[in-house]
Amino acid sequence: MEKYYHSVTLDQDKCMGCTNCIKRCPTEAIRVREGKAVIINERCIDCGECILICPYHAKVAVTDPLSKIQPFRYKIALPAPALYGQFKDIKDINKILSSLLEIGFDEVFEVARAAEYVSNFIKETLEADGLSKPLISSACPAVVRLIQVRFPELLNNIARVESPMEIAAQLARSEFMEKHNVSSDEIGVFFITPCAAKMTSIKNPIGNEKSNVNGAISILEIYSLIIDKIKVNKPRNLQQASRTGIKWAVSNGESSSLGIENYLAVDGIHNVIRVLEEIENNKLNKLDFLEALCCTGGCVGGPLTFENNYVANNRIKRLIKEVDTSPVSLENTGLVKDKVNWKLQKSIMKKSVLKLDQSISSAIKKMKEMDRIYDSLPGLDCGSCGSPSCRTLAEDIVRGVASEMDCVFKLRERVKSLAEEMIEISDKLPTSRKGDNNNDT
Amino acid sequence: MRENDKDNIIEISFPVKSGDFVAAGDASSKTKQLLKQIGIDPAIIRRASIACYEAEINLVIHSMGGTLVLLITPVEIIIRTEDIGPGIADIDLAMKEGYTTASDSSRELGFGAGMGLPNMQRCADNVEIVSKLGSGTVLTITIKTGA
Repeated sequence: MEKYYHSVTLDQDKCMGCTNCIKRCPTEAIRVREGKAVIINERCIDCGECILICPYHAKVAVTDPLSKIQPFRYKIALPAPALYGQFKDIKDINKILSSLLEIGFDEVFEVARAAEYVSNFIKETLEADGLSKPLISSACPAVVRLIQVRFPELLNNIARVESPMEIAAQLARSEFMEKHNVSSDEIGVFFITPCAAKMTSIKNPIGNEKSNVNGAISILEIYSLIIDKIKVNKPRNLQQASRTGIKWAVSNGESSSLGIENYLAVDGIHNVIRVLEEIENNKLNKLDFLEALCCTGGCVGGPLTFENNYVANNRIKRLIKEVDTSPVSLENTGLVKDKVNWKLQKSIMKKSVLKLDQSISSAIKKMKEMDRIYDSLPGLDCGSCGSPSCRTLAEDIVRGVASEMDCVFKLRERVKSLAEEMIEISDKLPTSRKGDNNNDT
Repeated sequence: MRENDKDNIIEISFPVKSGDFVAAGDASSKTKQLLKQIGIDPAIIRRASIACYEAEINLVIHSMGGTLVLLITPVEIIIRTEDIGPGIADIDLAMKEGYTTASDSSRELGFGAGMGLPNMQRCADNVEIVSKLGSGTVLTITIKTGA
């Protein structure tokens, strides 16, 4: 049995038991039980939608505190390119990267640079024969998990290429080991993350046994520390990534790096779902590539970022105008290929969490029962029962985790009929008393 | 909506209107959802989704309206469409890739490439078409669940 780790968790004290998150969750993974939200572990894909929607900030993403880097003798930061869009009036990426060194890291390796290699790996994959089209980017872990849960028949379409974060971690580590002649276990490699799903991927990698990253620190956690440094620091020349890699922070960045035309770049998990449904129907069978990012605007819209994603997008566009580094060469990519594991080692398994029963026959029976219950429910999808819709309540009842009386309308009906029954009973007098005047009123 | 008395058979019918592109695809979406909850193998679901979608879209584009009936048993998935016309003149020709009678307006929407029936045939274990010009068409697609 697979053990589930999730970055997205609930702060019990802050949860008011409202229905905002259950309605927004793309995998119907949340219920309200006894006045508090409960996340169904098997279904949660760590997309962070509930974090964004919760008005009480009761949904949180657990990431590592900055102190987690301390036990390591050497500390390497892997900043996601989304970090670059978080700061006002900064024209030089080096200022941002240098500030990471000033808050405790010894080395910085831009994930954007690794993304350039990934672009080349994807290009190569696209040329392979017998590919299930469209090839779906594996970069967004929430989307990959969404496919595991809701679109298992599209698992074959996912590019079997490691994420820029994993490539960055491998390169950063090996370069540091060579340069300073130190051993791997002395080095801690930490991703500076805009996203909860990446944290989950470090603990529970998809398509691999173990992550090359030691932990993830949220952009929000170090935001104020960086702001303090950035104002005064003298930038060191650390920036190596080109425009191609940095653009991965925003939607369409990955696609535009591939030099292809027949692609779709979709952002926002609910938009992604709509496009995946079209692919299921074979409507997009001529498409070569699908870039699908869970957050609106791409990674700059991640739940652990500070800045509005449109503002961040604009900043990144302006920042990269100043960047004149050239993208990694194909020759260099060839060398890197020999050095790192760039292909996913394990197959990505489906998660059969939607099915009602192990046997098809029993599942059909339950489905019919579910339908009967659904027909008796009001169909308002109000969420008061704690399930996101009447259909899910019917499903929960069939699965034995809810009851029809959880529906306030059903309960009212029942109370009404009980009350009527009581009136009826109260009218009945024993035969011995028949004919007596009732003086109670 | 489910009329079948046998407790391990599901039968649902979806009315499909001619030219209704707003609701086009609803029946196949619901079908997919059902198949996933029943726990049908993903590869079979993929085939059933494509066939069901093509059949539904055919009703929207080519027919004067009709019904899509989904029948799920533990061993097979049957998708049957029944329409009220106009009927297919030459079934063999209709099965040919690239042959279409779709209107320009449908083709502008990206439908009517003449791939509907051939696609269905590729996805199904059996396709049966009974049609009479001037009356209507009954299309029956059978896909084995592998159970």
